[in-house]
Amino acid sequence: MMKPATPSQVRVVTFKINDRDVSARSDETILQVARENGIRIPSLCYVEGLSVWGACRLCLIELNGDSRLLAACSTRVEEGMEVLTDTDRLRRYRRMIVELLFAERNHVCAVCVSNGRCELQNLAQECGVDHVRVPYRTAVYHVDASHDWFRLDHNRCVLCTRCVRACDEIEGAHTWDTMGRGINCQVITDLAKPWGESKSCTGCGKCVQMCPTGALVRHGTSVGEMEKDRGFLPYLSRMREAEWE
Amino acid sequence: MQLEELSELAAEIQESQQHCDHCVRVCMAAGCQSSGAKVVFDALSEKTAESEHVCVKGVGCMGLCAAGPLVEVTSRGQAPVMYQQVTEADAQEVVDSLGGAPVERLRCPSDMPFFTSQHKIVLENSGVIDPEQIKEYIAADGYRALVHAVTEMTPAEVLREVDVSGLRGRGGGGYPAGLKWSTVSKMPGGDKFVVCNGDEGDPGAFMDRAVLESDPHRVIEGMVLAGYAVGAAHGFIYVRAEYPLAVERLTKAIRDATKQGFLGQNICETRFSFDIEIRLGAGAFVCGEETALMASIEGRRGQPRPRPPYPAQSGLWGYSTLINNVETFANIPPIIRRGGAWFASIGTEKSKGTKVFALAGRIRNTGLIEVPMGITLRDIVFTIGGGVPEGSQFKAVQTGGPSGGCLPEEFLDLPVDYDTLRQAGSIMGSGGMIVMDQTSSMVDVARYFMEFCMDESCGKCVPCRAGTHQMHALLDKIAQGHGSVKDLALLEELCEVVRAMSLCGLGQTAPNPVLSTLQHFRMEYVAKLQEHALPDGGPPASERSATPPAESQETTS
Amino acid sequence: MTDTQHITVATAWLDGCSGCHMSFLDIDERLFTLAQKVDIIYSPLVDAKELPESVDVGILEGSVSSEEDLKKAQEFRRHCKFLISLGDCAVCGNIPGMRNLFPLDAVLHRAYHENVQKNPQIPNVGVPRLLPTVQPVHGVVEVDLFVQGCPPPADVIWHVLSELIQGRTPDPMTLTRFGK
Ligand SMILES: Cc1cc2nc3c(=O)[nH]c(=O)nc-3n(C[C@H](O)[C@H](O)[C@H](O)COP(=O)(O)O)c2cc1C
Ligand code: SF4
Ligand code: SF4
Ligand code: SF4
Ligand code: FES
Repeated sequence: MMKPATPSQVRVVTFKINDRDVSARSDETILQVARENGIRIPSLCYVEGLSVWGACRLCLIELNGDSRLLAACSTRVEEGMEVLTDTDRLRRYRRMIVELLFAERNHVCAVCVSNGRCELQNLAQECGVDHVRVPYRTAVYHVDASHDWFRLDHNRCVLCTRCVRACDEIEGAHTWDTMGRGINCQVITDLAKPWGESKSCTGCGKCVQMCPTGALVRHGTSVGEMEKDRGFLPYLSRMREAEWE
Repeated sequence: MQLEELSELAAEIQESQQHCDHCVRVCMAAGCQSSGAKVVFDALSEKTAESEHVCVKGVGCMGLCAAGPLVEVTSRGQAPVMYQQVTEADAQEVVDSLGGAPVERLRCPSDMPFFTSQHKIVLENSGVIDPEQIKEYIAADGYRALVHAVTEMTPAEVLREVDVSGLRGRGGGGYPAGLKWSTVSKMPGGDKFVVCNGDEGDPGAFMDRAVLESDPHRVIEGMVLAGYAVGAAHGFIYVRAEYPLAVERLTKAIRDATKQGFLGQNICETRFSFDIEIRLGAGAFVCGEETALMASIEGRRGQPRPRPPYPAQSGLWGYSTLINNVETFANIPPIIRRGGAWFASIGTEKSKGTKVFALAGRIRNTGLIEVPMGITLRDIVFTIGGGVPEGSQFKAVQTGGPSGGCLPEEFLDLPVDYDTLRQAGSIMGSGGMIVMDQTSSMVDVARYFMEFCMDESCGKCVPCRAGTHQMHALLDKIAQGHGSVKDLALLEELCEVVRAMSLCGLGQTAPNPVLSTLQHFRMEYVAKLQEHALPDGGPPASERSATPPAESQETTS
Repeated sequence: MTDTQHITVATAWLDGCSGCHMSFLDIDERLFTLAQKVDIIYSPLVDAKELPESVDVGILEGSVSSEEDLKKAQEFRRHCKFLISLGDCAVCGNIPGMRNLFPLDAVLHRAYHENVQKNPQIPNVGVPRLLPTVQPVHGVVEVDLFVQGCPPPADVIWHVLSELIQGRTPDPMTLTRFGK
């Protein structure tokens, strides 16, 4: 994917986010710079320390005077760009994206182990999803509880692939991947075998910690009890990078 | 090899072809093969095996696929005669007629506008030469451009010709080829790749297949020229596995070209080397998208990724990669041979050259055509295509496949070029063209294409994965007469969001058929909306008001 | 709201657990303040049996699961100038909606045959017929305001009503969310 720019190419650029002057290294993305400056851009599939996936489309931003939208997580900053992160149009679009996610699978927050600690739930609140206008699909999804310690509930999965990337890029096991096309896409362990039978899973639980929703949880958690700890990621990914160099 | 040697070789081959008085060409492209061309070919070969003055050739697509199997007879000193729907039983009669009067009952009028109004560049050899014989391609000026370029031109000069030609990518986007090539050529050294996109997934489209099956060397030559111009040493042709004939012919062509020294190490004894590998696609539409295609070549799941970086910046395995469509590459040899300025003299100001279209639907002459850019849709549909069949009434023409739109009668006089079609709410696309008559419901058409996009969505990004599903459900509901005004509004909102937010072109253009039919045939949607729309009996959303209606007492319980 | 001083309110529960109504009562002493501004003219909490001709604010708890729920929702829509979906069941189907994953017959069979030892039968007298799919209220009628939560906290209900009394449109999203 995006190869890191060599140091000689890196410059300092200045540009605007929502009319605020900011400066950044030219190899940073808009989302990174926004975060450094405390400017909130909704995002779901991006996590600092994992590769950019660009699939949730929540982080899309506008450039002043340009009708095309750009994904903040996968677009590098440029000198003089005027980024708008919170226009009426973007708010309207983001709201629809979150609604589509709620309608796609079965999210019953009131009885979900991640209730109150879920990124999707928070996004719904942030994006003003007071109700879902598109019809619910109510498709049947399974729960894979075969693993000794963890559980996968496809009903709550948003296909952000954070588990896939964490497992591949940080743990190096590549137990996870995705299968199927379009609306039938879902995450799998090994070759779509039950997780408990996985030969490659090391049981490290990184996927569980990275999962933004109640799709990957520890056994024995009840409603609202699944708290996730992502503190390990920045450290591990820095160590990984150092190892590669 | 130097240019003179090549000329000598070409002359030699041409001479060896002179001995035959009657050349019988049988179309052996997939279209005619499916209507039985192979047995006709065998019968004709068998019956003429003894004769020294007759040669029977299997050639590529002649265009009028609906009338296949097609056979063309060229006798020395006479105008060619074309036969249609030839069967095994007709073979003897055709052979007997050689040198005498043509078989009138089989005759296909080759002076009809279908043939005379076309302008062939990409398809110039198609239906003329035997695609399996490299000699035939060489005799038809093949590999001249390549030998000329690598022995006498600098890469920059090759690039300049492509730039001057104004050629735009034929894979759908219409991005200027010269610009793309020069970006790749400017990328700092190391390995570079040239990729030919032969995925061709649009339903009903078979332009690229025809080129690959009818004239594979042309594509190879185009790719080698590209490799020379941008400084790449490796090429990949990505073809869908559903095109076995194309794959077979390409494989042979690559082998023959390598043997002749047009491919491989030190081409024409220069320091330039270039090889080509074939990669088979499993038939996912999204694998035609360039980043998904590259992922597939690398052996990963065929899913698009955000751009930038563009393939030119970071393509296959992270190296700079030039990716063009089959037809784009097929235009390159004539451009180098005859000059960019010659090419630029054909077509319109912003769209140069010709375009191959696959004509289908409610039209008399279905098949493959090549026309100059700027020709009107009316000329294509009515002059070349012969109009709609008896009893039918023209309603709309669909261009651009699942990413395109439907244009009604009023737009028929528009010149066909990238920009005009886009302004009218459709696109040029890769060249599928479907004509519809009064029996087609535009809501059904929109639903059909949406179903296609929904099924072909890779599932990576949310707007396309979940949005196409929702849009399809809404179209289905409306088509069945259960839709409400509110459903239509929701559909339009979804169109806007999916178009603006999707990651790749598939999702970004999936709403196009809906938007264009809404733009030009909105009444058909409105007529299907039902006032009392919800199946379970709720009042239609359109009747809602913040204050209770006066006549609402009757059902109070 | 034309009369900013005194508004009439009707409430009903459809397929819900009555938790949202309980949360309503949880606004405690503020009920007295409310009583001076609001007339609850129809509700499971009061005696009136007829929905008056015109009501300022209608509040529905629960999802639309049966024919009776559907009728009630439609009736509320006709009679209420401003209709509120109160609680997750009304807003998104929530717990009652979980049966949508199975065909209705299977659900009934499970409840009245598989899990019954004596004389299993599906009741069909005196009970409203279930709809094939459970819908949120806005799936069958237009809704003007959505108040999420399972149940919505009393403070949110208070916020909504007090804003309405003052003729303003409440913004419950700042205080609640799905599952709150
Ligand atoms: C969903 C999708 C499918 C595509 N399919 C094809 C295809 O089958 N053939 C093709 O040449 N280009 C296809 N493209 C366009 C390619 O991404 C790319 O732009 C093209 O191959 C570039 O070549 P050109 O500049 O010569 O047109 C597709 C694009 C999208 C978004
Ligand atoms: S995963 Fe999040 S949004 Fe989904 S049900 Fe659980 S808490 Fe709600
Ligand atoms: S299981 Fe969790 S981390 Fe993995 S794709 Fe689904 S939501 Fe994302
Ligand atoms: S737009 Fe569709 S096909 Fe393209 S990346 Fe998104 S889901 Fe995949
Ligand atoms: S965070 Fe950028 S697309 Fe998901």
